[in-house]
Amino acid sequence: MNRRNIEEKIFLGLMLASVFIVMGSLILIVTVIVLNGVPSLSIEILTQTSEGGFYLGAGGGFLNAIVGSLLLALPATGLAFLIGMAIALYLQKDFMNPRIANFIRICLDILWGVPSVVYGVFCLTIMIAIGMTGGSLLFGIIALTLLEIPIITRSIDESIKMIPIGLKESAYSLGSTKFETAVKVVRKQAMPGIIAGVLLGFGRGIGDAASILLTVGDSNYFPTSISDQTAALPTMILNLVSMPDQVVQNKAYAVAFILLMIVLLISIITRYLTKKSSKHIIK
Amino acid sequence: MPPSTIRSVLKNKIVLIGILSLFLSFIFLFLLNNFLLFALFLIVFIILLAYNFIKITRKLYDILGTRLMLFVTASVIFLFFLLLAVLIKGSLTILAEESLSNLLFSSTWKPFSGEFGLFAVIVDTLIVTAISMLIAVPISLLSAIYIAEYAPKKFRNIVRPFIDVLAGVPSVVFGLCALLVFVPLIRDDIAPFFGSRISSGFSLFTASLILSIMVFPIIISLCLESFNSVPIALKEASLSVGATKWETIKKVIFRASGPGVLAAIFLGFGRAFGETIAVSMVIGNQELIPKSLFGPGQTLASLIASNYTEVSSIPILASALIFVAFLLFVVVLIFNLLGFLVLRRASKRWKY
Repeated sequence: MNRRNIEEKIFLGLMLASVFIVMGSLILIVTVIVLNGVPSLSIEILTQTSEGGFYLGAGGGFLNAIVGSLLLALPATGLAFLIGMAIALYLQKDFMNPRIANFIRICLDILWGVPSVVYGVFCLTIMIAIGMTGGSLLFGIIALTLLEIPIITRSIDESIKMIPIGLKESAYSLGSTKFETAVKVVRKQAMPGIIAGVLLGFGRGIGDAASILLTVGDSNYFPTSISDQTAALPTMILNLVSMPDQVVQNKAYAVAFILLMIVLLISIITRYLTKKSSKHIIK
Repeated sequence: MPPSTIRSVLKNKIVLIGILSLFLSFIFLFLLNNFLLFALFLIVFIILLAYNFIKITRKLYDILGTRLMLFVTASVIFLFFLLLAVLIKGSLTILAEESLSNLLFSSTWKPFSGEFGLFAVIVDTLIVTAISMLIAVPISLLSAIYIAEYAPKKFRNIVRPFIDVLAGVPSVVFGLCALLVFVPLIRDDIAPFFGSRISSGFSLFTASLILSIMVFPIIISLCLESFNSVPIALKEASLSVGATKWETIKKVIFRASGPGVLAAIFLGFGRAFGETIAVSMVIGNQELIPKSLFGPGQTLASLIASNYTEVSSIPILASALIFVAFLLFVVVLIFNLLGFLVLRRASKRWKY
């Protein structure tokens, strides 16, 4: 065996080790959360709202946090989807000068990379400016919408780019307007990208803690209006885990388990739906 | 409405009759006080209007829809600049109180006595980010090469979802795992091994470890993308002149996809730099210049998370935190732009 082959063997070993580390870290995370979370999980904890002094060891569950998280992430994803869809359709060559469109794409990519805590601070600044303290559902939704817009827009945009030009041309040649082509033809063709983008955005939104932490506050009840404070899964984990009592800390693992399951479920649904929806796409 | 549409609407005779009937109805109402005829002509007008609306409705939808999309796009771009403006305006208060050099190069952070020196925090941030990148880059690169070039197809189909899922795990879950696994590990084994006797486990190194795991999926998936876009003919040419697979990777694939890899590293750096929650859970949250890697620290992002609760009691702290957020934004902006420029230069120079 000569030197070249030995070098290749060494690097192959390193590569296998790296892949093992990467896959191992995910397996480690899932097992740690499952092992610690499942024992402290019960029906009560899933179906009750927290009682006063929940963080000090009082009873109750975290249904308010689950509902709060959904009330934050669902409207935010809906808003971000509407906005993202409009932008992604408008970035097409048919509507906009490609140079400007590329500039907007760069802006969106930068926004994608912006740490979520910056959006939190942005909303916090506005809250301070209008004299609101303690947090509200509304600003949580705004922060999450800002976070999700670039994610959803760019993934819809990428799948719109893949659409064969002939398809659009044939729509035009049948007399449809630009808007009709965009809404009826391009939208249907981009369906896998839309589903993937929306679910990706939803997953990011429901799991993001930094922007929520600064904007929504905390509450033991279901929010009844958009100016109410609300509990959310990620912030509840942070609050629980910072407590000294071991029993209280164990609840954090249960919350984390639920959060992780939601995220895993989303990624499975994404796989299934994108596969299903790409069946009817014209290549 | 653009003039061409208005003209085409006016050309329509029905519109003319409609306008005439509206005109007549007004004459009957105001000059002749005849309500019956006024109502009659008004009804004629409304019917004609409705008829016309259906006729021009496709064109109208086209215009309105396009305008709406333009409006949404423009307002998001506006939002991008609003974000910058709000951050700059918010940090002006602290910049008026303290000089920029004092903020950046003094290392005492005591918000209660009005001292806002960020130097220690900046140093900690750089150390944590650098170590996490040192761990993450080689591992991610090697795995990406394996997945792209060596792995059998079956294995590849298993690994891809793994990486996607890892990318989607919430940062608070990463933080919790670090708390459960890395903190005791470093307190009991790793820190004593390196001769650091008293370590609580909440340290710069713990934060770097968890950050490197969080960065894996970003770098791997971006690298895979650029490895896969190397044309197969290029690899075949190299293999056909007798290079081994590894030599082909080293001399052909790395060169061809180098800019993509560099851009991936920049993006990963941005992610590690701005990560907040996972870091703040394990770094110990003390604004100190580190004596060892196993001592506590604070990064720019985690500083915001651990200080925001006092914002209502110390007004100027809000401004200081906004300044920190502004720093984060600018650094991430620069790194994203660098990644973009590298890719663009490369796409001009190397055309495969």
